[in-house]
Amino acid sequence: MDHAYRFTSPELVGRSLRETGYLATDRSCGAVYLGDRLGKPVLIEGPAGTGKTELAKSVAAMAGMRLIRLQCYEGLDEAKALYEWNYKKQLLRIQAERTGGVADWTELEADIFSEEFLLARPLLAAIRAADPVVLLIDEVDRLDVETEALLLEVLSDYQVSIPEMGTVTRTQTPLVYLTSNNSRELSEALKRRCLYLYLDYPSPEREKEIVLARVPGISESLSSQIAGLVASLRKLDLKKRPSVSETIDWARTLVLLSAQEISTDLVTDTLYVLLKYQSDIDKATAELATGF
Amino acid sequence: MLTAIDGIIAELRKIGVPVSIAERIDAVQSLEHLPLADRDLVKSALRAVLVKNHDHELAFDTLFDLYFAPTPGAPGEAGSESLGALDDAGLIDLLVLALGEGNDVLMRAIAGIFVDRHAGFEPGRPVAGTYYVFRTLRAVDPDRLIARLGSGAGAGTGVGGGPEPAAGSEAGAGSGDALGRRLQLESSQAQVNRFRQAVEAQVRQRLVADRGADAVARTLRRPLPEDVDFLTSSQEQIIAMRAVVDALSRKLGGRLAAKRRHRRRGALDFRRTVRASLGTGGVPIDPVFRKPNPAKPELFVLADISGSVATFAAFTLQLTFALRAQFSRVRSFVFVDGVDEVTDVLQRAPDIIDATRQINAAGSGVWLDGRSDYGHALESFWQQWGDQVRRRTTVIVLGDARTNYHNPAAGTLKAVRQRAGHVFWLNPEPRAAWNSGDSVIGRYEPFCDAVRECRNLRQLRAFVAELE
Repeated sequence: MDHAYRFTSPELVGRSLRETGYLATDRSCGAVYLGDRLGKPVLIEGPAGTGKTELAKSVAAMAGMRLIRLQCYEGLDEAKALYEWNYKKQLLRIQAERTGGVADWTELEADIFSEEFLLARPLLAAIRAADPVVLLIDEVDRLDVETEALLLEVLSDYQVSIPEMGTVTRTQTPLVYLTSNNSRELSEALKRRCLYLYLDYPSPEREKEIVLARVPGISESLSSQIAGLVASLRKLDLKKRPSVSETIDWARTLVLLSAQEISTDLVTDTLYVLLKYQSDIDKATAELATGF
Repeated sequence: MLTAIDGIIAELRKIGVPVSIAERIDAVQSLEHLPLADRDLVKSALRAVLVKNHDHELAFDTLFDLYFAPTPGAPGEAGSESLGALDDAGLIDLLVLALGEGNDVLMRAIAGIFVDRHAGFEPGRPVAGTYYVFRTLRAVDPDRLIARLGSGAGAGTGVGGGPEPAAGSEAGAGSGDALGRRLQLESSQAQVNRFRQAVEAQVRQRLVADRGADAVARTLRRPLPEDVDFLTSSQEQIIAMRAVVDALSRKLGGRLAAKRRHRRRGALDFRRTVRASLGTGGVPIDPVFRKPNPAKPELFVLADISGSVATFAAFTLQLTFALRAQFSRVRSFVFVDGVDEVTDVLQRAPDIIDATRQINAAGSGVWLDGRSDYGHALESFWQQWGDQVRRRTTVIVLGDARTNYHNPAAGTLKAVRQRAGHVFWLNPEPRAAWNSGDSVIGRYEPFCDAVRECRNLRQLRAFVAELE
């Protein structure tokens, strides 16, 4: 690899991430570190609300790099992901040539298909950027299978081939993160080009730390009770399991209510912060009331 | 080290995890950047490089522990000498303390000593080690351990009947109500589970030392979640499959909807028209139109819920349940020797377990003796709901087509096929068993768009992919 390494060790990655307010697991740090060392994109998969996007943002903040984000959706095409010709400007150029007099067509053609008329979309912008960047391709599983192939050239060689112009190669190697909610199986070709990181719900101990770090004025015992209860709720068969951000919201609520410890009544009254479906709330209330 | 990596890759490929040559190269390259003494780091790095699917990670973890096994009883394990002097009761006291504090090194050392003392390890026996794990845990008595952990960390709320409360842990839920006890119990269970895993790891280390990693890997080989046979899967496996099924049904819904995208033109797409006109000097010769939103298809699912396919039926009901969200209209029918519509039951029930219970309680699908009669089921379906089958309708039949030598009434399926857009049949039996005995799948096959063997999630996934 011809680029300078950005991170010196996984532990250091973990420590710097912690400074930005993101508590990463050893696995996440290892993947971030290795992604930089091998010059490979990192595919982050896991349930919603476990900090996949946040990880990429925190890495950008930690390394002081610009974040370029491509939000994927069904129907995204290359004009929005890779590049597009600035046709209005091209038209103007052609018109200007006409009014100006006779012009050599080949010269004009070479002119209107030059970088000046190219609108760089996120993928192209990331590899052409002069400064170091983090490229975040969010929710890549929402792309159609055909569009997924658009990413392959960028991800493996960090280059984009434009038929009219030739190949645009990288000016620097961006750090690339892809996130996926696993709503569909990504193609083998895409997975092969990436490192894989599965972000699951945090363990109660880690979630307690997250709550302590994110919610000011919360006591240690309350946060560990919160973490324990949320972990217990996630074991139930719910429509939507509480995410980490919902845990934090709930912790804030409890602090506002100046609760010292959680009791069944308190939980039942504030459950709507954690669970977003009435059927889930009913189920959890019944479960918690019975204990074991 | 390289032989270990090659061993892991070979074993992964054997159980069906795809590992490409490029990934092998990456694995070796990644080692250049890592401190090789840090075992956890090497493990997570190799996992990130080699395994690209969460369901396969468990298989990888087991293999890594086999091929990168630390030698048992190595001097690195803290204080194993002095621990060895304690008797079992003393060790358990210490274990309670170690678990409460989350001291993993001590916990692992204690697990090692228990395995040495109680597993009754016999060199050279080609077993997978579950027997040794069982014997070790019997000496520890996990249930009592849970009770002691509960009383120890419960800050004196006195839940179980433990002899002496150990040092209070800050994880203790102070409130003495049911909720606090529940949380306490769960955390104790999680701790004991960690100990169980440590014991398993210790047993495996000894097996590897005895017979070598390759041999142990062979005895431990287990099918991946997607290869588990529907008809023989255990309750836990079915639960594990649930998440995958939910995702699959979303895909299935997407695919069927995409199939129905017509070539009909929508409104003019001005931006893309101008863009396309550049090639002709700005004259819009080829107008570009937006694609219309596809009409959501309608799905009729007919599921066999008779005894011979009971586990498959539980799974098909779940699939139907998950499909509801994807289709404008999913109508679900269950049959044994008659047919009943269960759309409402599935709609109202909060979850699939409740729905299954209701369906079983109502005896849906059973009209006569409760033995499958595909012919009668199809005929009654056709009579009652046949006129509601339309071109937009996709009919999926889930069943083994074992009709107990009744008349298969294949002509009825033909009539359904003529009205419906598509008819698919998923059969949970191995293809070799088709058309043997009372299986009449061959009689139905001509009237289906496709008949597929669907014994595991891998095949179901293949079916979904094929619909494209």
